[in-house]
Amino acid sequence: MGSYIPSTPAQREEMLRAVGVSSADELFAEVPASVRCKGLNLPDGKSELEVSREMRKIAAKNTVFPSVFRGAGAYNHYIPSIVKSIAAKEEFLTSYTPYQAEISQGLLQSIFEYQTMICELTGMDASNASVYDGASAAAEAAAMCRDRKRTRALVSAAAHPDVIRTMRTYAFAAGTEVELIPVKDGRTDLSALSSMLGPDVASVYLAQPNFYGCLEEAEGFAGAAHAAGAKLILGVNPIAAAILKTPADAGADIAVGEGQPLGMPLSFGGPYLGFMACKAAMMRKLPGRIVGETTDVDGRRAFVLTLQAREQHIRREKASSNICSNQANCALTASAYLAAMGPQGLQEAARQCHAKAHYLAGKLGGIEGFGLRFPSPFFHEFVTFCPVDPEKLTAALEAKGILGGLPLEGDQAGCILWCCTEMNSREEIDALVDAVQEVCGK
Amino acid sequence: MNDVKLIFERSCEGKGLGLLPALDVPEAALPDGFGRKTAPRLPELSETEISRHYKTLVKRTYGVNDGFYPLGSCTMKYNPRINEEMAALPQFTQIHPLQPERTAQGCLEVLWRAEQLLCEITGMDNMTFQPAAGAHGEFTGILLVKAYHKSRGDEKRTKIIVPDSAHGTNPATAAMAGFTVVSIPSGEDGCVDLEKLRAAAGEDTAGLMLTNPNTLGLFEKDILEITKIVHDAGGLVYYDGANLNAVMGVARPGDMGFDVVHLNLHKTFSTPHGGGGPGSGPVGCKAFLTPFLPSPRVIKNEDGSFRFERDLPQSAGAVKEFYGNFLVDVRALAYILTLGKEGIPEAAKNAVLAANYLMKKLSEHYDMASGRCMHEFVITLERLKKEKGVSAMDVAKALLDHGIHPPTMYFPLIVHEALMVEPTETEPKETLDEVAGVFASIWEEAQKNPAALHEMPLHTPVRRLDEVGAARNPKIRYEFE
Repeated sequence: MGSYIPSTPAQREEMLRAVGVSSADELFAEVPASVRCKGLNLPDGKSELEVSREMRKIAAKNTVFPSVFRGAGAYNHYIPSIVKSIAAKEEFLTSYTPYQAEISQGLLQSIFEYQTMICELTGMDASNASVYDGASAAAEAAAMCRDRKRTRALVSAAAHPDVIRTMRTYAFAAGTEVELIPVKDGRTDLSALSSMLGPDVASVYLAQPNFYGCLEEAEGFAGAAHAAGAKLILGVNPIAAAILKTPADAGADIAVGEGQPLGMPLSFGGPYLGFMACKAAMMRKLPGRIVGETTDVDGRRAFVLTLQAREQHIRREKASSNICSNQANCALTASAYLAAMGPQGLQEAARQCHAKAHYLAGKLGGIEGFGLRFPSPFFHEFVTFCPVDPEKLTAALEAKGILGGLPLEGDQAGCILWCCTEMNSREEIDALVDAVQEVCGK
Repeated sequence: MNDVKLIFERSCEGKGLGLLPALDVPEAALPDGFGRKTAPRLPELSETEISRHYKTLVKRTYGVNDGFYPLGSCTMKYNPRINEEMAALPQFTQIHPLQPERTAQGCLEVLWRAEQLLCEITGMDNMTFQPAAGAHGEFTGILLVKAYHKSRGDEKRTKIIVPDSAHGTNPATAAMAGFTVVSIPSGEDGCVDLEKLRAAAGEDTAGLMLTNPNTLGLFEKDILEITKIVHDAGGLVYYDGANLNAVMGVARPGDMGFDVVHLNLHKTFSTPHGGGGPGSGPVGCKAFLTPFLPSPRVIKNEDGSFRFERDLPQSAGAVKEFYGNFLVDVRALAYILTLGKEGIPEAAKNAVLAANYLMKKLSEHYDMASGRCMHEFVITLERLKKEKGVSAMDVAKALLDHGIHPPTMYFPLIVHEALMVEPTETEPKETLDEVAGVFASIWEEAQKNPAALHEMPLHTPVRRLDEVGAARNPKIRYEFE
């Protein structure tokens, strides 16, 4: 059996004597006999070698695809070696939330730098230290906009399905509802939005690019939302953000997004990173931790958790959110990633994603039945029709070590959502196209 | 010591790493009107400089391996390295969340096995791993309570009862879920006051949120009566798993009458805190609440394979993308497999022993909020404050100069000048003895020269900070020149 208890049996005896009991069980005297556990039905403990073997055995049941053309909210990007080594440093990894600023300056500074980088990426004035993921960031952003008079949240139907689901759940909790803005030609329908807006609308959520990969005309939505007194929340892909108009320039009040592309592996969906940034006017409504700059008694620059009057440990039921732990180590990963990529590297990654997706779309378009589903411009994802059962195509590609695009459901059933990143070489894309041709070509 | 430069202050135009190959397909142009005006001002540095920058920051960060870290309610136990190695296996890290289930059977098995094991440990029937942290788990759990009452058309249940000793996340969660919070004062002994609970419970009670052992480190001895009172009133009882480390394998929330629990895998099950996350806050429930769990759920097929069940019409909804902080769950599974049926209660018993031992030693000088404890105890410095003007803050800051992370300060709120100490089972007796010596020396200093304590710390990278100024004039991002 493995154990992480460092005191020897003799030392434990000594400790028991010092406390004045004869066995550890006596320390549980307050636990009523009727709820005492008679023994857990668990396997016996294991040595480290056995655990390693067993976990590897489980892991081996997964298939790692050498070639990935699936995104849909989780993206296969290159992670610079230095990023992994920084995030794994044990002081960063094993520390708690930096409540004791005097011995946590490194961690606090890294968060301050992260906040700055997120502001730079989004053009916003203020960022928090992270939330759980892109979906909860969107839901928290909607909560920031809500007040007694304005309770309705309008959400683009072209947002990621998990974002919509999560926003619905948070709205259910608050006793309000999410209403979907319909989609037209793969983009959110601005004219439909106009008829939904009213004095009780708190926020409009739009994804840029959206779930189908299409680029939205975000300014139009900002204009319409603001004219009705509502806020615009823009959900952005952080890689695309390197080359697209910033949320601030597009008129958004809050920018949120899934930060996974910034150096986090796919990891079957988590841990990822929710980033949130806003205009200065809304800063005090941000949920979660925020790090600020100050000085110590000797006048040295120092960093500290600040604006804590928003938070649950001070405000309790009046807090802006219940969030406590966030995704600090993922935020650190993102800042190390952004530092390693630099402005040119990040823009280059974005350009490559964009170019490769268009190359693939062009090639697939040459195969009968694989035309683009939507006429709108796209970033690194796009939807095509599929002349065969998409599941059949997926299985055929799987046999060649390729994770193909995602077969869509609902009103897009029968279509496929493809994704390219800088990871997909031309050779790989050509091989995918050949494989698709083989399955579907005449 | 000079100020440490910000990464932006180290930046020099033109520096960078050689990370990506040249584009090997034709360029594509963004349509007009979509492009960004200027590049984000990210730092431009060589790999050497980035490496050194973060090394500088690491030296100014304190982790569990730097020394004693008795942060009460946070269970800062040792984070085993094997767990990290398992979570870094490419066959976990390189799995896309939406790849076909047949190609992700290992991931589904991790979630399924962790569910079985943690349900056994908590006495629950089913569990979701979607919540990303403790407070997220609380939110999910309270939504189960909400969805349950709603499904019965019992919409008059609008109140959640929370003891005044509770973590701030409890009332914040209840409010986020649209409930009115009813705070009940604790009894003289620091436990739930049964009469107050009876008076508060009624037909508008949706539920009670309770931490057991509570934040004073006391096991609620009347737990069966507590859960009965709430159930008799038609409410449900929620177990905040923040303090499960005290009782895992010794007593199960499910057997105490709790209907729904959340766990903090980053506390009880040894996964690292990461400087404030990622954690994992799985929520377990009794079978009658299972239909309300978030989708998808992992189901084991008759042939032994696994699948996701997504068709859950009564689900309270999703709280997150995909399935939760999966790699954290991998670490926790490795930990549970390591400890096994004997190791789980052994960890709890030694956590309680360590706390009792340290409390005994510190009692020579310090006043305790109560005479006994489970896995953590609360010191009250009310007398020291009155007699010598030395506060809980002063003692905490003095500990920093001794290389010790201070206990949780000023919590629970019902204790004046509180320091909440949770040593955990992974601290050797030698450390506890040394720490007791440090506390004693601080006590003596407080008697002889109390003014000196207001000046501490003296030997940390920075000293006490101007927190008021930070909040009054928030400077929360670097301003480029």
